[in-house]
Amino acid sequence: MAGIEVTALHKRYPDGTVAVDHVDLSIGDGELFVMLGPSGCGKTTTLRAIAGLERQTTGDIHIGNTLVNDLPPADRDIAMVFQFYALYPHLKTRDNLAFPLRAEGLPKAEVHKRVNEAARLMQLGPLLDRRPRQLSGGEQQRVALARALVRRPRAFLMDEPLTNLDAELRADMRTEIKHLQGELGATMVYVTHDQVEAMSLGHRIAILNKGRVEQIGTPLEVYDRPASLFCAAFIGSPPMNLIEVEVADGTLRSKGGLVLTPPPGLPRDRSLVAGVRPEALEVTEPGAERSVPARVVSAEWLGDEIIYVVDYGGQHDVRVRMPPTVRFATDARVGLRHTGATPAVYDVSTEELVA
Amino acid sequence: MAVSVDEAVSTGPAPDHTPAARRLGGRGRSGLEVALLIVLAVVMLFPVLWMIETSIKDNRDVYAIPAKFFGFNVTMDHFRDVFVAPGGGRSALSVAFLNSVVVAGVSTLLATVLGVPAAWAYSRFSVRAKKDQLFFILSTRFMPPVVVVVPIFLMYRQVGLIDSKIGLILIYAAFNVPFTIWMMKGFVDEVPAEYEDAAMLDGYTRLQAFWRYTLPLLVPGIAATAVFALIFSWNEFVFAIFLTSSDDVRTAPPAIAGLIGGTTTDWGLVAAASVVFALPVLVFAYLVRKHLVAGVTLGAVRR
Repeated sequence: MAGIEVTALHKRYPDGTVAVDHVDLSIGDGELFVMLGPSGCGKTTTLRAIAGLERQTTGDIHIGNTLVNDLPPADRDIAMVFQFYALYPHLKTRDNLAFPLRAEGLPKAEVHKRVNEAARLMQLGPLLDRRPRQLSGGEQQRVALARALVRRPRAFLMDEPLTNLDAELRADMRTEIKHLQGELGATMVYVTHDQVEAMSLGHRIAILNKGRVEQIGTPLEVYDRPASLFCAAFIGSPPMNLIEVEVADGTLRSKGGLVLTPPPGLPRDRSLVAGVRPEALEVTEPGAERSVPARVVSAEWLGDEIIYVVDYGGQHDVRVRMPPTVRFATDARVGLRHTGATPAVYDVSTEELVA
Repeated sequence: MAVSVDEAVSTGPAPDHTPAARRLGGRGRSGLEVALLIVLAVVMLFPVLWMIETSIKDNRDVYAIPAKFFGFNVTMDHFRDVFVAPGGGRSALSVAFLNSVVVAGVSTLLATVLGVPAAWAYSRFSVRAKKDQLFFILSTRFMPPVVVVVPIFLMYRQVGLIDSKIGLILIYAAFNVPFTIWMMKGFVDEVPAEYEDAAMLDGYTRLQAFWRYTLPLLVPGIAATAVFALIFSWNEFVFAIFLTSSDDVRTAPPAIAGLIGGTTTDWGLVAAASVVFALPVLVFAYLVRKHLVAGVTLGAVRR
């Protein structure tokens, strides 16, 4: 296993599209590193550049201590798992697994041993003599994972491997991948647009937008203090409420009178937006202490929780996460107050975290 | 081209009946349908039947007035005349048929060998102004080919390609390459690029990945495309008659046309030659009819 260093990566296609503007990543040995972003943010291009399937326009990629810029994919000693599995349709599972080993020219006995090992690890025993067409989506993806394993590569690259699976299977495979990664101590770069996947899998997450890294951090860091308005809106479901605020009398005050605890070191002369998680707010009886008057616009009953959408003052569609026991009717007059810790505050013009 | 498309469509399942026809129901519907289909079949097939009939009629019966539909004397003389010259030896027509085989075969091969990798490249790689390039390639097929017959004739005369099989092969390939690129690009698009990516990570070069994984998956598409190209080259008449003159080079369509005219026309021979000319294409189209329909309906269904 080896770490991966990506330095000042830039990729521009001949037609002029800039897929990756500037990306620096430092991925540790044995780390499960997730690249998260909307489609077109450059995450897949970055991954393909690491794999050697795309040649970056400028920038360097190191795998371990090797500069791999000019190495073809085959010589980089990495394995990749694709969204569409990419199992060879004319080969049985067994031969699909053995394929990369045969390409390397390993002796038969060794190929046999490694295929069985990978099959055992991914519980593929009964599937070994079937062709991809006879396998379900989940089974195909397990075979694809096993095919990546048999190589014993220095790093694994995963390109949205779970996107084509249904929700239940996706959760199972997520657990399986995380378990596998821990067991093998493998370096894994995982690309996804699904923030739940990113949060549950990643040791660290890089959030990409428009070919740039917006933030790198542990799932909790990314969740608690998104580095930019983009990250704030991207992470969390429902996402953060972005509330216009101003500094007044040592507090943060929004238009409707909602008071938040200000973080230290706030600039005074700029227009600010506070990012408030739905669980950092509370819907109360009208007139409760420290609350501002508000109105319930709608409520989503999710069983284990209720997401209230409320209006107050000049602010529309503020989302509040409440336990299922607290019930208010639509259009009810209620109170709204802030209960969480100091919120993240962003500069409206730069869209970046200021405190 | 139009002819081959018609053939391809007719090999598919019968077109859906309109709801109105359905509502007639039962015997009424089937009776009317059968009657209409018979009329249509007679109109469509009469020339073909007449051609086949004429090819096996005695000369006396060919020119009989009133025309004999039944009860004529059957002879294979015309078919013999197609292949054997009057004084023995190979006839000019048999040489023409051989030329047609060579010209159509080689030009199709050339178009496929050039067009398939080009289609793959356009499908897989990011190329500057890709759409414009593809549009330009397609635009060479916008005009009827006959428009360029005179300039091509003058150019060929300059470079000495007039009255040569190579000349015909090149011009047919030139017409078939754009078609091959466009049709094959559709087929290549359908094959996920991940196969090649995976093969490259497994230790193959890009070309090996194409050759070993993508190409085998493209065979049905290549078959469909090649059949269309082959039918075009086989049937082509205008360029053949303008660009060739000697019997050694001439392909079958102008050679058969050349039988008509002069003081008398041996209609039996014309019909027999036409049957021989039509047969390979019909048999071939029948054998690969599934692929042909695949080619026609390609892109109608998205994954």
